[in-house]
Amino acid sequence: MKALVAVKRVVDYNVKVRVKADQTGVETANVKMSMNPFDEIAVEEALRLREKGIVSEVIVVSAGVPQCQETIRTALAMGADRGVLVQSDAELQPLSVAKLLKAVIEKEGPELVIIGKQAIDDDCNQTGQMLAALLGWPQATFASKIAIDGERAEVTREVDGGLETVAFKLPAVVTTDLRLNEPRYASLPNIMKAKKKPIVTTTPAELGVDVTPRLVTLKVEEPAKRQGGVKVGSVAELVDKLKNEARVI
Amino acid sequence: MSVLVIAEHDNAALKAATLPAVAAAAEVAAAAGGDVHVLVAGTGCRAVAEKAAQIAGIAKVLLADDPAYDHGLAENWAPLIVKLAANYSHILAPATTSGKNLMPRVAALLDVMQISDISAVVSADTFVRPIYAGNALATVQSKDPVKIITVRGTAFAPAEASGGSAPVEAIEGAAAAGISEFVRAELSKSERPELTSARVIVSGGRGMQSGDNFHLLEKVADKLGAAVGASRAAVDAGFVPNDYQVGQTGKIVAPELYIAVGISGAIQHLAGMKDSKVIVAINKDEEAPIFQVADYGLVGDLFKILPELEEELGKRQQ
Repeated sequence: MKALVAVKRVVDYNVKVRVKADQTGVETANVKMSMNPFDEIAVEEALRLREKGIVSEVIVVSAGVPQCQETIRTALAMGADRGVLVQSDAELQPLSVAKLLKAVIEKEGPELVIIGKQAIDDDCNQTGQMLAALLGWPQATFASKIAIDGERAEVTREVDGGLETVAFKLPAVVTTDLRLNEPRYASLPNIMKAKKKPIVTTTPAELGVDVTPRLVTLKVEEPAKRQGGVKVGSVAELVDKLKNEARVI
Repeated sequence: MSVLVIAEHDNAALKAATLPAVAAAAEVAAAAGGDVHVLVAGTGCRAVAEKAAQIAGIAKVLLADDPAYDHGLAENWAPLIVKLAANYSHILAPATTSGKNLMPRVAALLDVMQISDISAVVSADTFVRPIYAGNALATVQSKDPVKIITVRGTAFAPAEASGGSAPVEAIEGAAAAGISEFVRAELSKSERPELTSARVIVSGGRGMQSGDNFHLLEKVADKLGAAVGASRAAVDAGFVPNDYQVGQTGKIVAPELYIAVGISGAIQHLAGMKDSKVIVAINKDEEAPIFQVADYGLVGDLFKILPELEEELGKRQQ
């Protein structure tokens, strides 16, 4: 079966973001961009399933500006087979991305879709669930273990109280949590090989998807800064301050 | 039009996470007009509905009691909420793993954009939500006819759990999708308070060096009646289970007192705890970023400090 993985180009997780002075957003010019870390886990999981012989081909999709090609190339360098770029300069919100992915999926026919549980820029945590809804497929969010046996999948999910396991028949959408796997690094030969792997470019218009944003960002502000406090010299002083100054114990 | 809150529960008891969502819903209802209703969907969950009816400010509780709603499968719940949506201007759920799993599925079926993890209500259609791990706050306006919202629990003071006496109305379910099944749950059992509602939290990081060493933290936590949490590094290292994790992608907490032990203070951890009232950092590296947000910092070896702290707290209790 084919697996499809969606990847998002985001500000690298090591970058300390700055809010723009005009409050229109976060500074992204001259900032290092990378693949959303949860999507790396998604790519890795698809590759492992291919290595186990469960998945035959791994297709990587990204939606956004032309530079999203680089994000797709990163996934190809990890080992994915080919890419699809849905190119658009518009702001793409999760509902739009889910519709774009649905259109691509209807062409490609994967039986398993793996996506990061959330992007570390907008922290929305929506796209996978929305995609599953639009396709009428089962969903397994926040996965820490995926077991596939023929047409049946069993997925262990990280939930607030611990772990929960759900089962369903494929096709389905799975979103990844941190403990699912540890993504590999791309080797130099694989980076070279990835340059020759095909990436097809399409657009929202070609896919017949209206991507008009439904949410309007009115402003983006910096949160109130927390002031660092004092260093104390001993445990006794700490307990004393907590009791008599902060009055929290 | 009214505002609907999706109650979180385990068929026996209402979860505390429901109360801040009700508080946010009350703010929305004040801005938009209309009443606040609560939906209790589950199996044999009438007791939960009776409990929800006591929440102050609730006008009605809807009870959907059906085996299909056991274990909160989003595939089965979503059609029910979609069916109810015609009567509501806003539908809110706590931004817990259940709410996050369910609500985007509902939103997509209604063809609307969800507003995730709101931290303030500005008006009936405008909300504040943290982005970039809380390093920025976005004010967003929704143009959709019905607003599907998840609520950051720490940002709203919980609604009073008692004082109300709303009627409970049993409703018909919607056809369940039946495309997924619950297999099993392995839930952590703990005598300690839940992380997201604890007044005091003691958290450990990579500096704890092993899962066994967490008993040092647990002893301190027991003296304070505190919950025990952990950084992502400690969970990834396998010291403690995933449900201990505090941070951008784990639990968001804001207790009265947060004691970070052997935690360096990565951005994604700070995102989960920086709204705590008082933060204490214990770390041997005096340059650790955690000290920049800590009200009280103690530099030193945690393996010496923790037993001392336990003893000192014991002394004060006598």
